[in-house]
Amino acid sequence: MAKVRKGIEVSIAMSEAVAQANVDVIAAYPITPQTHIVEHLSEIVAEGHLDAEYVPVESEHSAMSVCCGSAAVGARTFTSTSSQGLALMSEIFTIAAAMRLPVVMALANRSLSSPLSIWNDHSDVMSVRDAGWIHVFVESGQESYDHVFTSFRIAEDPAVMLPVAINLDGFILTHMIEPIEYEDDETIRKYLPDVKMKNALHPDSPVSMGCFGMPEIYTEAQMHRQVGVVNSYGTIVKAWQEWGDLTGRYYRPVETYRTDDADYCIVTMGSYGETAMEVVDSLRGEGEKVGVIKLRLWRPFPFEDFRREALGKKTLIVVDRAISFGGPGGPVASELRSALYGVPGAPKIVNYVAGLAGRDVARVDFRNIILEGKAKAEKGDTDGFTLYGVRG
Amino acid sequence: MDKFSVFSARLVDKTENFTSGHRACQGCAEALAVRHVMKALGRDTIVAMATGCMEIISSPLPLTSWKVPWIHNAFENPSAVISGVESGMKAMMRKGKLPYKKINYVAMGGDGATADIGMGQLSGALERGHDFLYVCYDNEAYMNTGIQRSSSTPYGASTTTSPAGKVSIGQHTQKKNMAQIAVAHNVPYVATACSSYPFDLMDKVKRGADTPGAAYINCLSVCPTGWRIPTEDAIKYGRLAVDCCIYPLYEVIGGQYKLSYKPYKKVPVTEYIKGQGRFRHLTDSDIAFIQGQVDREWEKILKLCGEGK
Repeated sequence: MAKVRKGIEVSIAMSEAVAQANVDVIAAYPITPQTHIVEHLSEIVAEGHLDAEYVPVESEHSAMSVCCGSAAVGARTFTSTSSQGLALMSEIFTIAAAMRLPVVMALANRSLSSPLSIWNDHSDVMSVRDAGWIHVFVESGQESYDHVFTSFRIAEDPAVMLPVAINLDGFILTHMIEPIEYEDDETIRKYLPDVKMKNALHPDSPVSMGCFGMPEIYTEAQMHRQVGVVNSYGTIVKAWQEWGDLTGRYYRPVETYRTDDADYCIVTMGSYGETAMEVVDSLRGEGEKVGVIKLRLWRPFPFEDFRREALGKKTLIVVDRAISFGGPGGPVASELRSALYGVPGAPKIVNYVAGLAGRDVARVDFRNIILEGKAKAEKGDTDGFTLYGVRG
Repeated sequence: MDKFSVFSARLVDKTENFTSGHRACQGCAEALAVRHVMKALGRDTIVAMATGCMEIISSPLPLTSWKVPWIHNAFENPSAVISGVESGMKAMMRKGKLPYKKINYVAMGGDGATADIGMGQLSGALERGHDFLYVCYDNEAYMNTGIQRSSSTPYGASTTTSPAGKVSIGQHTQKKNMAQIAVAHNVPYVATACSSYPFDLMDKVKRGADTPGAAYINCLSVCPTGWRIPTEDAIKYGRLAVDCCIYPLYEVIGGQYKLSYKPYKKVPVTEYIKGQGRFRHLTDSDIAFIQGQVDREWEKILKLCGEGK
């Protein structure tokens, strides 16, 4: 079957990907705040285009609890949330990872209250950074669609068995109409066959899940999680490679744009990468040796890939989308500083926090951040962070 | 219920699905209730359990007392977890990913998990009408963590967070009536039970599990540690609770109330209260006040069950 290219809202495309993935259970609380992802999925199920149980729960806490139950019996399980909803489900969010339940979530990144805001930044996901999920950031509608399949493939791999969050910028991606190339169902079935989960809850082979751990065993249980998340890296890279071989769209943990001869780079995560690339093009025309480093994989953090791209550069200008209040800077910059600490010849890191709660960061702002950041690094002014565009 | 008493013990399955060797306190009538419930359900059952006494005594890694598939996730969410279990199994069986099998889906929790922190999730699962049975083991306080009051603690009981004092009677609110709240969801089966009446309990568990749709059982589970009674008296106090009518046994099937047991002689509530350490501070007039409440509630239940004067 020929590939179909559609101009479609990213949320709708994502829900159609979920249907193509032949998901068994969708549990979601579609509010706080709402996207069209689960709304459209309920229509898909109601019209009989997907044979699944759609569980319209009474809160996000229950959404993740239902997901835990259905993933525990080996059913392919999907949910979506953002912002306050993620905060409410955070207790069970952590437990899902600890119990190795392969749920896939579309996390439409939006700011946390207060003041109440429904717009885009990364403060929600950063609050659950250490929960033990695999976190992937996507940049476009096409990537949002593609990563539904790769994420199920990764999550359900017997060597991984971890939940995966597909982070996509709220509004900037979720509510945007973009051209997206659809794969046919046959390609999807080939790439993502039904998986029979080992140790699923079933009366024919009873297991106890979610047991109580005394101090004698808790530390070992955490080590098991740590090893599990770190080792998932190999499966992630392989799943992306195979997706690329099938579709021609390849993904890597750390991606770059015009970095080969760059002296300094802007580092982004999520949809900002596209604007950054445009600005880099225009600065290149002015003779600036600048490039873009984009982090796709946030957990497990791809230390080696990042160091490979970062070393040899003079300066990294990191654009964060969240603040660690009273801390060393934005979460991404902190991570990168730590990844490069003590590495001989490591680049200087200048940190900006920008675009909180959907405040627009246009090309001119990227241009300011890059040039100002470069000047700061030259002066040796690399401590802390700058909250870009703050008034008063 | 009398008609069961002689021969029904022989009819009960000897298989233990909740095995001995767990770490419950001596005389725990809640562990006894779990044992009876699991006998009634049999092996083709999946259990989702809330955090609490029964969870920690039965599942310390690497041991387990459960012969059936069992999942614990968090304190407040067994109803949502079982909703997911039931939905997942239903979808996979319908799609041919799993062969069809009749399975009992059962959520369990204590009164804190049920009436307090998990109330919204229980309400959601009852309202959505998943095919599951919820069993609340009601020992009338947070016993696992050291006897803190819950909304299911009865009026006048002294707990570590509702202590009796010079200016306090202890718990000064009324016990939340979870069975009535379940009835208000219009689910097809609701019952009250007590582990001092094991055959009645098992009968109700079977009926609840066999009923398509959501079912709720509130099982009074005497806690010698928290009620401050001798361990050998747990069964006695369960019977006294029913005989004095402070805890009536009844079923509500499709909205129709049916009394399970009417005491031959209604025992004064003071006989139930006097021996319990948690009520030790109550005066005669306090007990008379409680007797008045019990009488009124009992009359209401009799009327609902069509047994009124």
